[in-house]
Amino acid sequence: MKFLHEYRQRKDIERTARQIARITTRPWTIMEVCGGQTHAIVKYGLQQFLPPEITLVHGPGCPVCVTPLEIIDQAIAIASRRDVIFCSFGDMLRVPGSDRDLLAVKAQGGDIRMVYSPLHALEIARQNPTRKVVFFAVGFETTAPANAMAAFLAREKGLRNFSLLVSQFLVPPAIEAISGVADSRVQAYLAAGHVCAVTGFESYHALARRFSVPIVVTGFEPLDILQGVLMCVRQLQCGENRVQNQYARAVERAGNQRAQDMLQQVFAVSAQNWRGVGKIPASGLRLCAAFSELDAGLLFADEKQPACDTSECISGEIMQGRKKPFECPHFGRRCQPQHPLGAPMVSSEGPCAAYYRYRAQVISNDAV
Amino acid sequence: MDIDCPLPVNSEETIRLGHGSGGELSQNLFRNSIFPHIKNPHLEHLHDSARFAIDGARLAFTTDSFVISPLFFPGGDIGELAVYGTVNDLAMGGARPMYLSCSLILEEGLPLKTLERVMASMGRAAEQAGVQLVTGDTKVVERGKGDGLYINTAGVGLLEHDRDIGPGSIRDGDRILLSGDIGRHGMAVMASREGLAFDTPLQSDCAPLHAPVLDLLRAGINVHCLRDLTRGGLATALVELARARGRLLMLEESSVAVDPSVEGACELLGLDPFYVANEGRFVVFVAPEEEQSALNILHRHTVSADSRVIGEVAPSDPAAVVMRNILGCERLLDLLPGEQLPRIC
Repeated sequence: MKFLHEYRQRKDIERTARQIARITTRPWTIMEVCGGQTHAIVKYGLQQFLPPEITLVHGPGCPVCVTPLEIIDQAIAIASRRDVIFCSFGDMLRVPGSDRDLLAVKAQGGDIRMVYSPLHALEIARQNPTRKVVFFAVGFETTAPANAMAAFLAREKGLRNFSLLVSQFLVPPAIEAISGVADSRVQAYLAAGHVCAVTGFESYHALARRFSVPIVVTGFEPLDILQGVLMCVRQLQCGENRVQNQYARAVERAGNQRAQDMLQQVFAVSAQNWRGVGKIPASGLRLCAAFSELDAGLLFADEKQPACDTSECISGEIMQGRKKPFECPHFGRRCQPQHPLGAPMVSSEGPCAAYYRYRAQVISNDAV
Repeated sequence: MDIDCPLPVNSEETIRLGHGSGGELSQNLFRNSIFPHIKNPHLEHLHDSARFAIDGARLAFTTDSFVISPLFFPGGDIGELAVYGTVNDLAMGGARPMYLSCSLILEEGLPLKTLERVMASMGRAAEQAGVQLVTGDTKVVERGKGDGLYINTAGVGLLEHDRDIGPGSIRDGDRILLSGDIGRHGMAVMASREGLAFDTPLQSDCAPLHAPVLDLLRAGINVHCLRDLTRGGLATALVELARARGRLLMLEESSVAVDPSVEGACELLGLDPFYVANEGRFVVFVAPEEEQSALNILHRHTVSADSRVIGEVAPSDPAAVVMRNILGCERLLDLLPGEQLPRIC
């Protein structure tokens, strides 16, 4: 398949790994921002190709993992209503809310539809004029343009029964928050290629300078990731902190202007709560005033629940790269995909789920 | 920094879709809600079909229900599935499929034309598989209480040999043969159900598998175990066999063929082809010295023309399936907790 197998060849990966080993003289810690990259690193066992000095830590870029509990609880409350058809991407359905997940709501009679695109939810709204159709608009800059398009088209077509429950995240403020912590051990970043395909990477220059960290826009295949690491290490070894683009086959400096225009029209930047991390200023998107009549968060404000938390899941430390999944005492024992303690064990992009799925050894079940 | 994280959700008091996935939830359902109440030595084998002797005749007996939306999909329809699914369950016990029953649950409002189209397809499929549909039943449910049409088939087959084909006969060092590429059925149905269009249209692999199996047996190949890959895909089938036998199965990822169109669709949706459903593929366990002769026979049949060795049985526990990927890295294949869910981005 084009652009896949070329980036999965063992000899190329080993050659790049040798280049990295040749130039590495000190320990370096590099964070891959996106959950898709985490998944590839664990799936292909890329850490074993790297010299022991290089540590890869996993970043906050799994939208399922960072969606705050109060939004999931609100989604569950909205989806339980008889007058609502609730539409969501598949992997949000199994995220535990305070007392259940969306799949449980579905089993109890809630009308929940798994969709592949917000435009499909729009079509469902058109076909069901007497029902309120709510789309769970979750994700990073990658999903935002299509969600914005759905809002735009809903208004243009005068669909009065369609709304969006928005939980959109922005990557650069998260990098800023992680780097800004006094004891941050991250010395370089692999930025998420698909996010930059939308936004471009102009905004990363200031971050690289301010925190003295190299940032390399990186793809998702094994060779992409090792090339990204190589570009980071080259800079780290020379004390540089520039923004570079490893993923030039998909990402242009200025990004996708039409997508950005659509975002500008529909969304406004706002503070956003990241599950496990906390509130980060200007790190999210909400529907702007002109589109507020499509905001399910406002339309169903009475469904807002106070979030109830437990301290058992260490998702905050996992999502900020402070701990690896296997350093959690519950990993693979009390916390497994079929009975997750927290969101990182749920999503296919979640670091704990990736470690669990691609583990080479059977985890001892004696603690279950 | 506030850390919020939810309480675990363990509300398994009601049936969920995941209970039908063949994964961990299905296993829990069998273990906790079904087997405590129904016990006999045949059921304990957990094989595709039960086998027993009546007056000297050795028979295999199986049943399967078919609930699929849409009823017609590229490469097949519910009628073909209902015949081939039961034929294949019999074949995987090493039996010659003979007679099938057919129960129809029809939803009020189903166009008769649709029913007749499905019946015509069942008739053709039965002829193709050399079986007869000899008994049946019809029930009608109110509109909204069914998905148009559900079909149950049961089947009886004749065992013409005295081999014990099943997980219990798997031996250390056995080679694992796979009859073709994986993931076609699941992706074809998903693409057609969700209106996803791909450059190359995906076709289900839905097909009867008894001919190559009977040929292997006729040629005297000492077949240790057979399993067709249905819901849950290759990974789920092999994990069940590894657990049933208590052995480690080692696979080479590069030996398992995935068609580029299936691979592309899986990449797009974040699905793993090893867990995607098939309806015309099976695995065969044979001793290493019979590997080549078994392959030669399989290659003569269209449904198994692309058979290859994909791995072997390691002489050690734990009971698990480990796959070595193209970069030489090993990963454990396990049952999925429930259905595979497409990812966000």
